[in-house]
Amino acid sequence: MYQYNAIDQKIVDERVAQYRDQVERRLAGELTEDQFRPLRLMNGLYLQRHAYMLRVAIPYGLLSSEQTRMLAHIARKYDKGFGHITTRQNIQYNWPKLAESPDILADLAKVQMHAIQTSGNCIRNISADHLAGVAGDEIEDPRPYCEILRQWSTFHPEFSYLPRKFKIAITGAIQDRAAVIVHDIGFRLVKNDEGVVGFQVIVGGGLGRTPILGATIREFLPKEHLLSYTEAILRVYNLHGNRENKYKARIKILVKSLGPDEFRRQVEEEWEHIKDSVLHLTEEEIARVSAFFVPPEYDAQAANHQEFLGKIDSNPQFARWFEQNVTEHKVPGYNIVAVSLKSPERPPGDITDEQLDVIADLADKYSFGRLRTTHEQNLILSDVPNEHLFALWSELHAQEMATPNIGKVTDIICCPGLDFCDLANAGSIGVSQAITDAFKDDLELQYDIGELKIKMSGCINSCGHHHVGHIGILGINKNDEEYYQIMLGGSAENDASLGKWLGPAISKDEIVGAIQKIVDYYRVEREDGERFLDFYRRVGRGPIKEVVYG
Amino acid sequence: MGEVIKNRSIIEDDVRHLADDEQATGGNFTVSLTRWLEEREQLKNVEGIGVRIASDEPIEPILDDISSLDIIALDFPKFADGRSYSKARLLRERFNYQGELRATGDILRDQLFYLCRCGFDTFELAQGNIRDALKGFNDFSITYQTAADGTLPVYLSEQRV
Ligand code: SF4
Repeated sequence: MYQYNAIDQKIVDERVAQYRDQVERRLAGELTEDQFRPLRLMNGLYLQRHAYMLRVAIPYGLLSSEQTRMLAHIARKYDKGFGHITTRQNIQYNWPKLAESPDILADLAKVQMHAIQTSGNCIRNISADHLAGVAGDEIEDPRPYCEILRQWSTFHPEFSYLPRKFKIAITGAIQDRAAVIVHDIGFRLVKNDEGVVGFQVIVGGGLGRTPILGATIREFLPKEHLLSYTEAILRVYNLHGNRENKYKARIKILVKSLGPDEFRRQVEEEWEHIKDSVLHLTEEEIARVSAFFVPPEYDAQAANHQEFLGKIDSNPQFARWFEQNVTEHKVPGYNIVAVSLKSPERPPGDITDEQLDVIADLADKYSFGRLRTTHEQNLILSDVPNEHLFALWSELHAQEMATPNIGKVTDIICCPGLDFCDLANAGSIGVSQAITDAFKDDLELQYDIGELKIKMSGCINSCGHHHVGHIGILGINKNDEEYYQIMLGGSAENDASLGKWLGPAISKDEIVGAIQKIVDYYRVEREDGERFLDFYRRVGRGPIKEVVYG
Repeated sequence: MGEVIKNRSIIEDDVRHLADDEQATGGNFTVSLTRWLEEREQLKNVEGIGVRIASDEPIEPILDDISSLDIIALDFPKFADGRSYSKARLLRERFNYQGELRATGDILRDQLFYLCRCGFDTFELAQGNIRDALKGFNDFSITYQTAADGTLPVYLSEQRV
């Protein structure tokens, strides 16, 4: 993984000093809250319902065990012993004190981490395929490009006060696991007819109040133009994005109002001026950064270890976990292990300091000391040899991190909602737990239902990505009561689509029952092997509406 | 007139921002873009002339006259309105504007570093202690990306080795 050099470290250290000074000026009353707000927001510090919340960047979701231990330390020392993995692969702490926040950043800087640009109207942390480097369907590892963009966008002087926040995602695989189609810019590494790898450029996707799937404005961008093209897109957006109405300020609205063709024309015109400037990436730089992402030294004999197959026969719990949470690695004898943070005991995505420490140790013991966060709010140990699978499972199991439910009805994506978030209209954690409770005891039922992605947000800001859930749930406030709207048929993968509203909002007491009705109906009416999403696409909304409201 | 920061020093401001019906009486002054476009022929050769461009006005109408202008003032009605950052870079880097580039409006210490990198050399501070504000230019000693200050991106720079 990328290692800071003296420059990277210095920039992060100077940021800590700058932020410390800002906090001191605020505490001394030299800055008003109005003046301080945008400064702290540039550093991921939000004021929530009960306390400040600090969002820490996990660049493209990659962590070392050392960094993970620091995250545990921060949870213990400055928080109530928890962290929360977000849908953009970051981690949030819900109880830091303002006066201590500079110390948290100083601790993070010791392990090459920061909270830079995790909020505010700037270029946010860049997210990537969580299986980058280990998936069999990969054309090229996207992470070097994420890192190159991370550096370019860090404290970019021109793009720190954009009309609105700006999110970039990159995938290098055939199967899109990074939801690039619903990002402000989505890059896909693709191969052209000559066999050269470059980027497909997708712009203007997003969720929120106006969900839109992005439009491709360039089928093939040579790699060396990554920065110049991105700068051109950002400049057009910075100059022409809507600044009057924050609900119309995202780039998706600009792309929609100009039309993708006119937007492309403006970008390409701007790009012509700068494509051969110093923004032209050098081969050396691409090679320098790529060298940090070379595969670890895999054991050529790893596939000879087949003992775990015996355990599968003798231990049904292990067998289930293997079946649900372990996927194939591109190297024989290695496995990609999803660590579920969707245990019935805890809100989705929450992780304790103790669990963080344990997972750091497990990463050291079994997976080259690296782990990843996913936008589905789980963790990944990406390089586990056959030999250690059973031992890993046993230790995860003891920590409630082996719930065998990846991609199932209880693997719910869920934002913090009313329990923490100042913008929320309704609770989301409670509902997700109630749904989990309804299904958790019957694993066979969960497996029978098969792949079913429930995504839930506590307000229209859509942090829980409800528009792209197979079942999406949106919390709203109706006469001061929490109500929930159901959407069906969304997906952020290759077969991307936005969900459609099912019908009137449903009360908190009835929402779990409604989800159960939908699931029961599906189980009765589906065709052989038909996933819920495909079932919905075949039968449409009508009959399901009938079942829920009829 | 108060003090401004110019080229990182505090100086007495000698520039007057004229209203559209106010007579120019010599010395340095600026007019609105609207007035400039109306009185361009008369104003063009006046010593010390500047144009003010609001955040929602484009720079294109002045591009032909860039060499006649001594001052261009780009406005920030709120510091969060970042359009003038892009305009400043374009004026400096693409259109080679050499005169004074002045940031007006909601200009605060914590934006000075970025403003400076985008090519502004003169700052009318909205509030706060102007002497303290000078510290803002030194928030960072190195940067990753190129801008109007002529620094190279980190991957081309000597700093890297
Ligand atoms: S979706 Fe709304 S309630 Fe949930 S975290 Fe985002 S802003 Fe808060």
